[in-house]
Amino acid sequence: MQVVNTPIQENEKLNAKSDKVAREKPKTDPINGSHANVGETVGKPFAKHPKMTMRNVDVFYGDKQAIYDVSLDIGKHEVVAMIGPSGCGKSTFLRCLNRMNDTIDICKVKGEIKLEELDVYHPKQDVVPLRARVGMVFQKPNPFPKSIYDNVAYGPRIHGLFERKTDLDEIVENSLRRASLWEEVKDRLHSPGTGLSGGQQQRLCIARTIAVSPEVILMDEPCSALDPIATAKIEELIAELSKKFTIAIVTHSMQQAARVSHRTAYFHMGKLVEVNDTKRVFTNPQHKLTEAYITGRFG
Amino acid sequence: MDFSQIFMVMAATIAMTFFLGRYRALKLGQATGGRKSLNSLPTYYGSLMAMWCGIPCFILLALWMMFDDVIISQAIMQELPQAVLELPTNERGLIFNMISNTAENGARAGAEPYMVAAAERLQSLRETSQLTLIACLASLFLVIMLVVWAKMSAKTRARSQVEKGFKWLLLICASIAIFTTAGIVFSVLFESIRFFQSVPLTEFLFGLEWSPQMAIRSDQVGGSGAFGAVPLFAGTLLISAIAMVIAVPAGLMAAIYLSEYARPAVRSAVKPLLEVLAGIPTVVYGFFAALTVAPFIRDTGGLIGLSVSSESALAAGLVMGIMIIPFVSSLSDDVINAVPQSLRDGAYGLGATRSETIKQVVIPAALPGIVGGILLAVSRAIGETMIVVMAAGLAANLTANPLESVTTVTVQIVTLLVGDQEFNSPKTLSAFALGLMLFTITLVLNYVALLVVKKYREQYE
Ligand SMILES: Nc1ncnc2c1ncn2[C@@H]1O[C@H](COP(=O)(O)OP(=O)(O)OP(=O)(O)O)[C@@H](O)[C@H]1O
Ligand SMILES: [Mg+2]
Repeated sequence: MQVVNTPIQENEKLNAKSDKVAREKPKTDPINGSHANVGETVGKPFAKHPKMTMRNVDVFYGDKQAIYDVSLDIGKHEVVAMIGPSGCGKSTFLRCLNRMNDTIDICKVKGEIKLEELDVYHPKQDVVPLRARVGMVFQKPNPFPKSIYDNVAYGPRIHGLFERKTDLDEIVENSLRRASLWEEVKDRLHSPGTGLSGGQQQRLCIARTIAVSPEVILMDEPCSALDPIATAKIEELIAELSKKFTIAIVTHSMQQAARVSHRTAYFHMGKLVEVNDTKRVFTNPQHKLTEAYITGRFG
Repeated sequence: MDFSQIFMVMAATIAMTFFLGRYRALKLGQATGGRKSLNSLPTYYGSLMAMWCGIPCFILLALWMMFDDVIISQAIMQELPQAVLELPTNERGLIFNMISNTAENGARAGAEPYMVAAAERLQSLRETSQLTLIACLASLFLVIMLVVWAKMSAKTRARSQVEKGFKWLLLICASIAIFTTAGIVFSVLFESIRFFQSVPLTEFLFGLEWSPQMAIRSDQVGGSGAFGAVPLFAGTLLISAIAMVIAVPAGLMAAIYLSEYARPAVRSAVKPLLEVLAGIPTVVYGFFAALTVAPFIRDTGGLIGLSVSSESALAAGLVMGIMIIPFVSSLSDDVINAVPQSLRDGAYGLGATRSETIKQVVIPAALPGIVGGILLAVSRAIGETMIVVMAAGLAANLTANPLESVTTVTVQIVTLLVGDQEFNSPKTLSAFALGLMLFTITLVLNYVALLVVKKYREQYE
């Protein structure tokens, strides 16, 4: 599944400079090192054709800083995996990308986040169209207490994406097909979505997200509540979806990151320590902390 | 010494046995090698001792209190002159009262000699009874205490026994409420059956006229009394409906504001304030309705040419609605808060606005719980009395016009039972029939509400 496609090869040059920075490994002990010693991001944080660009992003919960100066690009049709020990700020960072953090009162975001030319955190930017472009799938499947059909139709309805009922039917069917759920539910579209199995519910949530045709899909540990078979299905789906969408996925499973992503970003205590081509991160990590994490020495 | 003093002395003594038991346990522990060799903590031995000594003594005391008076009065009555014994029951009761008065306060002028004699006898019987009681209690206590003391060993499973005893105590407390409810239901049921022996059930349920005034003598005007409960239930329904029209939207929207929009500071200030509404005594609401709202409605109605009676269903319903707002809002607030955040995130993540999320995701998810809360509020409205007595009047009009005065089931029950009543007349008994009906209705409502709420809970667990 490790497809290294063109936009990523083009990234090489851009990132050449920061690649050098990578060689200067911090001297502190990786396990006990405080975040002050993590140093700058090593690897290739930038992309030639970025879909989303994040520059010097800081996130605070009240007085407590959760993300320190993170810069990262996500290229078009790229799958970027975010890994790191629990509490290192992966979810927090992901939720900045479509301003889901707005729902938490004490959360403040600084720095620049752009979706192509759109300034995500511009004070006049309305979150409604933004979230239609940057959809999100959550850790726990959260279908609405409505029918399967209405779950998928919810987004198109609130954004007025269709004119006739038949158009909506089509959107629903296409989304369910893309989420490879159609065959399993086509006979019971009007039974409640909460009646599906966990894996089916998660695919329903994915269908619900792609029904509004977003450009970017954010996934926060989408498989952590699922069994291996359902997980395999979703991973297959991610590969398929990356043809059409740009995907950022948070995961605790390094195998999963290795299977589905083009680039992998390793976070440590709120800092982005290393980003690189997935294969490279897992075979030849450049930062001690990354190495320690993927060899299972802590995390 | 009377029973309460005996009780207090006994309670104090038994409290002492706690320390006795603990002391015994500590001694046992020392003998067999430290506290560790005891089966339970020393305090459990103390509680066990107190429990064993306390329960039988309290039971004896309770039984004595129950039967002591009955037995003594029987004994006294049997010794009264033959002429007195042949009197009807209530007159005999009067005589017995005079005897016991004499016994307590000394002979009055006009007391007959046989009464004085009986009073003396009563006094001495009572004294004997008390002395016997004290002797019985003391010996029972001593015997048990010695037996427990002797049998207590390091192996006694004191903790499990004490916990068993505690479980029973909890069970008894829990059953008090249940038995009381059952008692109320049966007394109301039996009186209602007596009522339905004189007034047919169909007339009560379907009759359109309510005028419970019955002629006491046959030549009196005032008619035979009509016991059709329909106007009362219609009145109840009308007022409750008005109340719900006020309370449901206001309460629900207050709940939505509090749980979805208000900042935490606002929420923590407003929620208790709203709940204060529920703490205002209904009498206060009653005179607010009668003295402020009703005249206001009458005058406003007069201005636009409507004739409004000075006691109207509208006034009572409005005020009742305000009273019920906190019920609806606080229950709805709870269920809205119980809707998982992940559902809201799901909707926000698709680009739904706050109001879309609330209308299309949160409220539908919370709906069963909200309905449950509303049903509980309805049964509260139906049972409300004070506001209606004061603001809606007593006239049993069968009308759907909220500007007229109507009356409700609860109000009629009050008026039927206030004052001197002959207990056997259908007029008085009809109050029980009304009570039974009301009880049935609210019971069904509560049951349905609980079912709905339960179903809601299952959905998210
Ligand atoms: N709502 C919040 N309020 C305050 N602090 C928060 C909040 N959410 C997260 N944090 C803090 O921010 C830091 C990063 O949390 P985040 O949820 O992003 O971690 P994570 O990497 O996603 O962890 P996990 O792998 O366990 O999901 C943590 O220290 C956490 O305590
Ligand atoms: Mg997380």
